[in-house]
Amino acid sequence: MTTSQSKLEFHLRPAQTNDLEQIIKLDKQVSGIEKDDYWRERFTELHAGLGGHIFIAEKPNGLSPVIIGFIVGEVRAWEFGSRPCGWIFALAVDPEFRVRGIGEQLFTQICGAFKRNGATSVRTMVARKDQLNMSFFRAQGMMGGPFIELEKSI
Amino acid sequence: MKLQKATQFGLYAVLELARDPQSQKSAVDIAKKYGISSNHLAKVLRDLGRAGFVESVRGAGGGYRFSGNSKRVTLMDVISIFEELGSDVSSPDNITQRVDIEDALLSVLFEIDEITQATFSSITLDTLLKTIYWRGQK
Repeated sequence: MTTSQSKLEFHLRPAQTNDLEQIIKLDKQVSGIEKDDYWRERFTELHAGLGGHIFIAEKPNGLSPVIIGFIVGEVRAWEFGSRPCGWIFALAVDPEFRVRGIGEQLFTQICGAFKRNGATSVRTMVARKDQLNMSFFRAQGMMGGPFIELEKSI
Repeated sequence: MKLQKATQFGLYAVLELARDPQSQKSAVDIAKKYGISSNHLAKVLRDLGRAGFVESVRGAGGGYRFSGNSKRVTLMDVISIFEELGSDVSSPDNITQRVDIEDALLSVLFEIDEITQATFSSITLDTLLKTIYWRGQK
């Protein structure tokens, strides 16, 4: 899928192994945390067919397209009675290219994949103070669901 | 949870005007639609005007028009004009010299306050108006 919004051309596709370095870099830029091992493990699981989806938004740049956004998730089922549900656990868009519909299209893309996997709802977990992501997911129609996150220091 | 009347009226008015930003509506028109006091609403609209969310339009057919950015203004932005949400609870980290039961209860209230504020702060006027559309589609 190719899109032009505010003169920005980008297209979406499932991530491939050679996207790993760019994804790690963008994730570090957005989250401020470098987590190479985590991403390598995710890609290993993905290629082992253990489920999950990683979609990227890519901007044309000659022979070296640039990844400007990604979304990661998987379908999980029967955690404390929860029916099969798509879980989004990472989303990032390069700050330079925000408010151009990239996040929205990534969200739509991964929801389509979840649906094909049999899920009828999508879920995520966002820090209370993370207004950027919270507002984004709300704007996609997400609301407080029937489960509440609880935690404790151990 | 319950919001104060002025807050409710402020949300009705700002959402009613943001729904159609080109249009202008009088306090009487909006009050009639929601079955509320037009005098009270007029005062609320003046407060919204001072905050920069609406502007008054003079002349024949005058009234109020939305003047904010509906994709940026959150429900919390509007609510905070009229009331301060939450109890007088300090962060549990700042609680000192309290009876243990009092301390534990305040931690629960603090958690509820944080969730309430995070919810209102994450919903823009645009998102709430879209919710109305989505509900209509179901």
